[in-house]
Amino acid sequence: MVDARTDSHVPALGGGGDAAAVDSRVRIGDLVLRNPVMPASGTFAEGLAPVVPFERLGALVTKTVTPELRGGNPTPRVCEVGQGMLNSIGIPSKGLDYFVAHTVPFYRQFSTPLVASISAPSADAFAAGVEKLAVPGVAVIEANISCPNIEEDGKAFAMDPRPTAQVVARMRRATTLPLWVKLSPNTGDIASVARAAADAGADALVVGNTILAMSIDIETFRPRLGNVMGGLSGPGLKPILVRMTYQCARAVSIPIIGCGGIATAADAIEYMLAGASAVQVGTATFVRPTAMLSVIDGLAAFCARKGIARVADLTGALHDTDMKVEAHDHDHDHMSEAVS
Amino acid sequence: MGQTISLQTVSPDDAPSPAAAVLPAPAADVLGVVVSHVWLNDEYRHLVLEAPEPAPLARAGQFFNLECPHTAEDKPYLRRPMSLYRADPANGIVEFLYKVTGVGTRGLASIKVGRTMRLLGPLGVGFSIDPAARSIVVLGRGVGLATLAPLAELAASRGVAVTAILSARTPATVMSVDRFAAIGARIEIVLDSDGSSDPANVERILRACAAEGRADAFYTCGSNRLMLLMQRLGRELSIPGEVALEQQMACGLGMCFCCVRNFSVGGDIEARRVCSEGPVFRLDEAMPW
Ligand SMILES: Cc1cc2nc3c(=O)[nH]c(=O)nc-3n(C[C@H](O)[C@H](O)[C@H](O)COP(=O)(O)OP(=O)(O)OC[C@H]3O[C@@H](n4cnc5c(N)ncnc54)[C@H](O)[C@@H]3O)c2cc1C
Ligand SMILES: Cc1cc2nc3c(=O)[nH]c(=O)nc-3n(C[C@H](O)[C@H](O)[C@H](O)COP(=O)(O)O)c2cc1C
Ligand code: FES
Repeated sequence: MVDARTDSHVPALGGGGDAAAVDSRVRIGDLVLRNPVMPASGTFAEGLAPVVPFERLGALVTKTVTPELRGGNPTPRVCEVGQGMLNSIGIPSKGLDYFVAHTVPFYRQFSTPLVASISAPSADAFAAGVEKLAVPGVAVIEANISCPNIEEDGKAFAMDPRPTAQVVARMRRATTLPLWVKLSPNTGDIASVARAAADAGADALVVGNTILAMSIDIETFRPRLGNVMGGLSGPGLKPILVRMTYQCARAVSIPIIGCGGIATAADAIEYMLAGASAVQVGTATFVRPTAMLSVIDGLAAFCARKGIARVADLTGALHDTDMKVEAHDHDHDHMSEAVS
Repeated sequence: MGQTISLQTVSPDDAPSPAAAVLPAPAADVLGVVVSHVWLNDEYRHLVLEAPEPAPLARAGQFFNLECPHTAEDKPYLRRPMSLYRADPANGIVEFLYKVTGVGTRGLASIKVGRTMRLLGPLGVGFSIDPAARSIVVLGRGVGLATLAPLAELAASRGVAVTAILSARTPATVMSVDRFAAIGARIEIVLDSDGSSDPANVERILRACAAEGRADAFYTCGSNRLMLLMQRLGRELSIPGEVALEQQMACGLGMCFCCVRNFSVGGDIEARRVCSEGPVFRLDEAMPW
C-alpha cells in the first residue's frame, strides 16, 4: 500500500552530484536565509525544539498573536478529511505583551531569524501591534490578514484588494522591519490582492493560508468542527496554492513564500518553479515532525542531481514561455472558459 | 468566549503541572519494530515495539503519537495518541494497549510483526506520586486501565500499596488484571454485566478504602462518570488525585492548540492543552466533557 504521508514513495530526488556543494541560501528582500524552508504559522512552536534542530531551518515562524487576549474556538477544533485536515483553532492568544515578554526571548537562543505572525481586528490595531513587535529578536513581521475563521463568516482583509491595501499601508507606516503579508486563497482574484499588498509596501507575500471548508458527520448529521467551518490544509491544498503562487509571482516583483500542502522536497520544488523564493511547511509537520528537514536535504540533493548550483535558481524557473498563460491571470474569464 | 484563558507557550516553569517534579525525557520521532501484536479480546489489541531511546524512557501517564498504517479501506492522515502501557528501557521495549474504534486504530491493527512504524514520544506530563503517600487507589474503566497499569507498577516500585478498582462491561473486557496482581495490588473488579460497576457500588468501595487508610491519593482514567465520582469524594475526604484525560490531537507537541479542554481553577475556567500541559491533570481541576 502506498502511503502518501511518507516520503518513501517519492522518487529519489538526489542520486548524483554533490549536495553539499549546492548553495541553499535564498534572499527575501534584505534578509538572507540559510535555506528556503520554514514552518507555517500555527503549526510550529517551542515544543518542536527537541525533535527538529531550529538552527537548521531557514526561519522560525510563530503562531499568530493578537494584541488582545483571545480564547479560540470551541472543540472539536480539527478533523481529518481524506489526506488533509480542517482546523478551526481560531487564534487563542495570550496577547502581544506576553508574546514579547516570553515567546520572543525563548527564540533569541537561536541564530535563525524569527518571523512574528500577527493578526488584529482593525487596520489601526494591526498598526499598533506591529509597533509593539519592534523588539530585539523579531526579524520579520508576518501579517496574517487571511485567517478565514477569525472574523464573522470567514470574512477577512485579504478577501479584497481595497482592505488589503489599507491595512498593509497602515502597517508599513508603523514599522521599519521587513513586512511579509500572508494572503488568503478565499478570494476570487488573488493577483489583484497581491498587487494591492505589494503596492502598499509589503516586502514579501506568503501564499497562502487555508481554504475555508466544511465537513459533516453523516452518522450524527452534525458538522465535524465545533466552529462548523474551518480551514483546509494539507496535500489537497497544494495544486490550488501552486496556481496562486504562479499568479502572484506574475503580478508582483516582491518575493513570494509558497505554502500549502508541502510535505516533501518535490512539493517545495513545484512552488519554487511556480515563482516562490521560499516555502513554509505546515500540516506535514503534524504527520512527520521532521518533514522540514527532509525538504531541506531533498532540495539540495535535487539541485545537485540537476546540476543547479543554487537552490535559489529554482525560483520561477518554470518553462512556460511557449504556453498561453495570459488568460490565467483573470480567474473569472478562465473559469468560464474552462467550464463552457 | 468570555472565558479566562491560560496557554502555556513558553517556559515550563509557569506551567501549572501537578507533576512538575517529573522531568520528561525529550521527545523524538523514532522508528519502532513490531515484535508482538495480538488481540486480547474482540476489541482490544496489545502492541509491543522495539524502539530506540528516548521511547523506552517513557513514564507512566505519558503518551506517544503513532503513525497508523494505511490499509485498502482506511487511510488515517494524522497520527493517533496512545498512552504508554509498559516501558522496558533495559530491553528497548515500549508497549501499547488499544481499542479498535475507527480509521486510525483499524489501520494500526493491520500492522504485522516485523514491520516498522514511527512513534513520536514520550509526550506530555505523566503521573506523579507524592513521596509521603503510603497507599493509593487507582480507578479505571475499559482501555483506561491500560494507562493506570504502569502507574501501579511505579507505585509498587516505591513501596506504595495499590488498590485497583477495575471497571468494565464484561469479564472479557477487564484489562491488565495480571499486571495489577503481579505487584500485589488489592483488586476489585466491577462489571456492567452483574451491576457491580454502578457508581453507588464504586462509591462504597472508595469510601471503604478511605476509611481503612488505603487512600492517600486517587488516580483515574477512562470514564467521565468515574472521574466525577472520584473528584466528589476526593473533595469531601480531602484526598488529592490525578486524572489522565483525552482530547483529539494533531501535533502532540503543544503547537496546534486543537487539544484544549477546560479546567476549573480557583473559580475561573482555564483552557489547557491536553498534550503538553497533560494528559495527566489534577483531579480537582478537571471538568467533564
Ligand atoms: C493522551 C491520550 C492517550 C490515549 N491512550 C489510549 C490508549 O492507551 N488506548 C486506547 O485505546 N486509546 C487511547 N486513546 C484514545 C485514542 O487516541 C483514540 O481512540 C483514537 O485516536 C481513535 O482513533 P480512530 O481513528 O481509530 O477513531 P475515530 O473515531 O475514527 O477517530 C476520529 C478522530 O477522533 C480522534 N479521537 C477519537 N476518539 C478519541 C479519543 N478518545 N481521544 C482522543 N482522540 C480521539 C482521532 O484521533 C481522530 O482524529 C488516547 C487518547 C489520548 C488523547
Ligand atoms: C492547526 C493549524 C493552525 C494554524 N494557525 C495559523 C495561524 O495562527 N496563523 C496563520 O497565519 N496560519 C495558520 N494556519 C495556516 C498555516 O500556516 C498554513 O498557511 C496552512 O495550513 C497551509 O499550509 P499546510 O498545508 O502546509 O498546512 C494554521 C494551520 C493549521 C493546520
Ligand atoms: S495536539 Fe497540538 S497542541 Fe495538543
